[in-house]
Amino acid sequence: MNYNFHWKPVFNNLPGLLEAGMLTLQVAVLSMLLGICIGMALALIRLHVRGPLRWFATTWIEVARNTPALIQLFFFAFGLGALGLYLSPYTIVLAGLTFNNAGYLAENFRGGLQAIPETQIRAARSLGMTAPQAYLRIVIPQVLRIVYYPMTNQMVWAVLMSSLGMLVGFRELSGETQALASTTFRIFEYFSVTAVIYYVIVKIFLGAAHLIARRLFRY
Amino acid sequence: MNDTLSFFSGFGPRDFLFLGEAALRTLWISVIAISIGTGMGVIFGWLLFEGKLLATLTLGPVLDVFRSVPLLIQLVLFYNFAPMVGLNLAPFGSGVVILAIYTAALVASVARGGFEAVGVPMRRASRSLGMSYWQDLRHVVMPIGMRAVFPAWVGVALGVMKDSALVSVLGYVELLKASQILITRTQQPLLILALAGAFYFALSYPISRYAARLEERWEQ
Repeated sequence: MNYNFHWKPVFNNLPGLLEAGMLTLQVAVLSMLLGICIGMALALIRLHVRGPLRWFATTWIEVARNTPALIQLFFFAFGLGALGLYLSPYTIVLAGLTFNNAGYLAENFRGGLQAIPETQIRAARSLGMTAPQAYLRIVIPQVLRIVYYPMTNQMVWAVLMSSLGMLVGFRELSGETQALASTTFRIFEYFSVTAVIYYVIVKIFLGAAHLIARRLFRY
Repeated sequence: MNDTLSFFSGFGPRDFLFLGEAALRTLWISVIAISIGTGMGVIFGWLLFEGKLLATLTLGPVLDVFRSVPLLIQLVLFYNFAPMVGLNLAPFGSGVVILAIYTAALVASVARGGFEAVGVPMRRASRSLGMSYWQDLRHVVMPIGMRAVFPAWVGVALGVMKDSALVSVLGYVELLKASQILITRTQQPLLILALAGAFYFALSYPISRYAARLEERWEQ
């Protein structure tokens, strides 16, 4: 192996990489929160509403699940650009990830919603709750519990998917790495450090999810 | 005289052919990577299942790394790493290697679940009927266990097919790279992205529906 590793420029730029890592975290968490809200709405629409709204929800879910995330991102970047709508790289990545997360989560939520017996809603209604109250207080908490593990999985996917931001000019962890690597041509060294940072981020998320689960699901 | 020479020209029938050819390349690289990766993944899954402690300490973390690092980063790393150890791989080769390992890492956990799905009493029964360990594995565990996780495997395979779009970063002209080339020339990103997306959709949607229906039927 005739290759001299130069790690020094990477370690000199480590603070910059970690800062970009925070941006990755931020966009992943934000897209996940938005994805949960939209995904729940899509799942409810798909189960209970008829007409064009349902068609819209079904299309969203199926397109998000059956096309590559990168194409979805390119659509928000270049497709909308062709229509004269120019988004910042941050918005592109956030929109793309939210679109994807919402589609995948909606399908999980649908399974969770179907697992809740209908009688519970009727019981809640007969206790005097309105329909939104019955959903917010009885159904959705149980659904979130059922889909907790698929949701942590999706969270990990969101972190990994955010690396695609590099290809639309967003300087999150991967984009920043590419920008820094291209100034020194130490591509391998830079990207191995980035790989380690991603690994640590994923492990922190999974560890946190495990701790939260122990706290939430004590009973 | 107001003829102007333009670098850009519209989307024509020949471009459609170009996209179709690229779509076949997407299919080709996916099929190869998924086949190799599934074979490796089943073996890894079996190792994780049988070699409890040793495999969990050695193979487990390695596979975990491939699941916890973005595929894009893996591709860039391997593409830059291969020449260091004297491997001169074309983008296609690098793509296949990483996609196959990535598939193997995902399939390993699926396959392990399949091995675990076969009850111990059933295995004892087959052994007490005089089957050897391998006969039991071949005729009892594999058919039942792999069948149980087939829908999950379809999900993994479709995921890899979609993720193969990332190989475009290395310069392999598959569907996404081809559409990028066409977008540069025709300046019609909306149309071409929709076409490329429609191809992935047409491939992925029927198969995922089929797997979902299979899963539903087996649950009853």
